[in-house]
Amino acid sequence: MIKQSHPHASAHTTTRVPGDLAMWFFILAELLVFTLLFAAYAFARAANVELFNHYQQTLNRDIGAANTLVLITGSLFVVFAVQAIQAGKTLLCRNWLLAAIIAGGFFVVLKSIELADKFSQGITLSTNIFYMFYLSLTVFHFMHVILGMIILAIVAWKTHKNVYSAQHHTDIETAGAYWHMVDLVWIVLFPLVYVIR
Amino acid sequence: MSIINLWVILVFLTGLTWAVGDAGGTGMIWALGLLLSVFLKGHWIIQDFMGLRHAPALWRRLLHGWLFLVTGLIFLAYWMA
Repeated sequence: MIKQSHPHASAHTTTRVPGDLAMWFFILAELLVFTLLFAAYAFARAANVELFNHYQQTLNRDIGAANTLVLITGSLFVVFAVQAIQAGKTLLCRNWLLAAIIAGGFFVVLKSIELADKFSQGITLSTNIFYMFYLSLTVFHFMHVILGMIILAIVAWKTHKNVYSAQHHTDIETAGAYWHMVDLVWIVLFPLVYVIR
Repeated sequence: MSIINLWVILVFLTGLTWAVGDAGGTGMIWALGLLLSVFLKGHWIIQDFMGLRHAPALWRRLLHGWLFLVTGLIFLAYWMA
């Protein structure tokens, strides 16, 4: 394995954001949308504490926690992929990207199991305000995971085709930044919706 | 801190969050503790996973500002409840 002391070794000597600056503006916009959803959940709960506390107990915390581990591990793999391409190790970079996509796949499977269970119980957006927020937040985040996997798959394919090098790999950093954003949002979502009461 | 050590800490804090939920921890103290854990995890993801530790200060402030805003709003809502 290559150097593990810092995920963005070249960043020590540069003062730029990793990847394409446009992606960082997109990430900011995405984070602001999630801020509104998180705040709406929290303040709706403030007006319906007993209802939220009761139905929160019906959620599968084990799957929620497992999905947190899956996402942070996927993020670690993306950091390794960036380190690998910075070291000029194209094949290793592609493999770490594939590992991150597989981690995303685990998230998709676990979340699908969780959602299928809820849908089989007849739970929908209109069941009550708690489930309205639970389904809206988690499905919206789920769509971001899918998009993140598609972006990672595109850069993995281009890495496989030797498009990137140690000097030119902005796309990989850009894809990584998006994937870490998906992770960052879940880091807030899991405790908020599944645990804090 | 190495990236592997950081990942171990993130895993540990996730386990702790899960354990608090399993134990049925309720109330402001637990909420505050869990939000502090969210802030720490978010801080490390921004600094070391996203790689903003050596990026322009403006972007670090924007992302940390977001984290502070989100955890602050959630805490405010729980305090008002």
